[in-house]
Amino acid sequence: MSETHSFTVGYVRHEMQGPLPPPVAESGAVKWMRENLFSSWLNAILTVVSLFVIWWVLSHTLPWMLAGVWSASSLTDCRNILAERGYSSGACWAVITERWPQLIFGFYPSELYWRPILAFVLLIGAVAPVLYTSLPRKMLWFSLIYPLIAYYLLWGGSVWTPVMLAVGFSLVGMGGTLASNKSGFFFGVLIAILIFLLMFFDPLSALLNVMGGIAGLFSADSVRLSPMIGSLALRDLFPLMPTLSDLLGSIAPIGLESVTSREIGGFLLALVIGLSAIVFSMPLGILLALGRQSDLFIINKVCVTFIEVIRGIPLIVWLFTASTLLNYFLPPGTTFDLILRVIIMVTFFAAAYIAEVIRGGLAALPKGQYEGADSLGLDYWQSMRLIILPQALKISIPGIVNTFIGLFKDTVLVVFIGLLDPIGFINLIRATVEWNGIYWELYIFVGLCFFLFCFFMSRYSQYLERKLRTDHR
Amino acid sequence: MSETAAIERAIDRSQMQVSDEVAIEITNMNKWYGQFHVLRDIDLTVNRGERIVICGPSGSGKSTLIRCINALEEHQKGKIVVDGTHLSSDIKNIDKVRSEVGMVFQHFNLFPHLTILENCTLAPIWVRKTPKREAEQVAMHYLKKVKIPEQANKYPGQLSGGQQQRVAIARSLCMKPRIMLFDEPTSALDPEMIKEVLDTMIELAEEGMTMLVVTHEMGFAQAVANRVIFMDQGQIVEQNEPKEFFNNPKSDRTKLFLSQILGH
Repeated sequence: MSETHSFTVGYVRHEMQGPLPPPVAESGAVKWMRENLFSSWLNAILTVVSLFVIWWVLSHTLPWMLAGVWSASSLTDCRNILAERGYSSGACWAVITERWPQLIFGFYPSELYWRPILAFVLLIGAVAPVLYTSLPRKMLWFSLIYPLIAYYLLWGGSVWTPVMLAVGFSLVGMGGTLASNKSGFFFGVLIAILIFLLMFFDPLSALLNVMGGIAGLFSADSVRLSPMIGSLALRDLFPLMPTLSDLLGSIAPIGLESVTSREIGGFLLALVIGLSAIVFSMPLGILLALGRQSDLFIINKVCVTFIEVIRGIPLIVWLFTASTLLNYFLPPGTTFDLILRVIIMVTFFAAAYIAEVIRGGLAALPKGQYEGADSLGLDYWQSMRLIILPQALKISIPGIVNTFIGLFKDTVLVVFIGLLDPIGFINLIRATVEWNGIYWELYIFVGLCFFLFCFFMSRYSQYLERKLRTDHR
Repeated sequence: MSETAAIERAIDRSQMQVSDEVAIEITNMNKWYGQFHVLRDIDLTVNRGERIVICGPSGSGKSTLIRCINALEEHQKGKIVVDGTHLSSDIKNIDKVRSEVGMVFQHFNLFPHLTILENCTLAPIWVRKTPKREAEQVAMHYLKKVKIPEQANKYPGQLSGGQQQRVAIARSLCMKPRIMLFDEPTSALDPEMIKEVLDTMIELAEEGMTMLVVTHEMGFAQAVANRVIFMDQGQIVEQNEPKEFFNNPKSDRTKLFLSQILGH
């Protein structure tokens, strides 16, 4: 004690020292390189080796890409131009400049290209308010009706079909809202999906449907009394739709020129299938996840079975089922569009995965969140919608986006059931006399397009995660 | 739990009145977890305005008991009537009771994705259908009462434990409950934060709120409670007014428990 004391010298600082810049070796590029590239011998060797590999790859590919020919009418033509210019090898980008309309639109009539383009531009307007909450909430109404607009623009036909569909959906929505304000939204989503599916099976005779539909429409009390009765009545109304819209179409024949599903291909097809499946699989996946957590025995088991069966069988098998087997189960004479069948299958497949991802999010929430919501008197759907799902979905964002990216890329599998997605068109183009023997250029182009979409999704999910982070601030 | 925070402030007892009206009536209630008999033959009547502290060793079923009162736990036998509503398996009844009975948890259970204000206005808006503006005014009133109005737009993760627990109390109060349940509200808090939460609870008691409090804060029990209940092995072993309970415990179990908890 006394010894320490003898060393202690009184000290008072009179002037505070100002800040100085750090030494050169400790800041800027030099520091960064020392820390990240040359921090140890091993790291330095790896850096040099990596640089060499990058150089080696680029030195082989870049000249080939840059020497590329951008306009030629065939592969032979291309090679002649290259030889004239004195290159031994080079890319033949001409195949893309010449054939890109097919890769993008498939066999869509070229004078109608404005329709998918308009649909795509509107898509941006429809998706933006969903992705970015800073935009006015009223824009969500547009997002809601966009699927019908897109459907109408792409396939054309009588304007009354989408109009009657919209009327049907809003009737169901109103029925649900009237019947119970609390669960109307979720109920509406569920019913909408059900009806959407049922609508295409049209199993009942027209007369029954007309009567059921009219009864459902006019007995407004039953709509209010129970969402079940209301939705059943409205579901009966639905097979009536083609008739009703045909009727309206004959009175006021307004519409766009029809385009058949066979004419839709390329990236247009990949986007239609991919985006529809993404949009529809999300609510379905949420419902399945909640169902799997439910205490209600039947609902629980139905959801578990659905998830396990759909997920346990390869997508390609489901696609073959959609393209061939499904016909055996449908009543004879039903026309059931192949693209639609594929969308339903891909949606189911993605929904099963999404359900499991969301279940992980639900399981990660502390029990206290459920109890907190319960103790305030919130009912099941309120606590799910306001408390549980926002948090569970936030936790699940990486998994959900992962599933969506996988799903989007998996749409190329439809080539096996004869739909002409970008891969299908690569095969077609390579089978022509002009472009026989070409492959790298087309695959690079298609790969790059897919990459751009997937990369956007990935970046967006990271943005969303940052935005929704409310802890540790 | 060798030391419990002593309550030093003077308590205003002018409005602490116990009325004859029955708030909660529990008759012959039993609960099992699987084969395990957690609560055995619980009989308890709580009058309006009562402040009851429930204590007992861990695993004695005291938390389970108050969680049964707002049906966070199901009971298998017996009858619970809260505010005139019979707690049966009817979901309507359960939601009604829950909206009338406030609950404060050991781990606060605030909603981390909502701001403090949104935490407080959520249930009034969705359960009571109060207009948003009015709900916000009510919420600010109670946030002022628990002395954290300035934190209204922060998220729960940015607040200290004591502040979070006070928000949790305010959140319950926004539903204007007639009964408040506290499930070990200070057990997860640092010692210096316990006091601020206890102060809030005392103020609540001073206004005549009916309160059931599971706690180890014996200082609070002595100062505020009009009845102390001691539970062990899922049964009510002893209940008495605090002075008698602490100075003259009748049962050996109570004596043992008090000697352990009070540290002598």
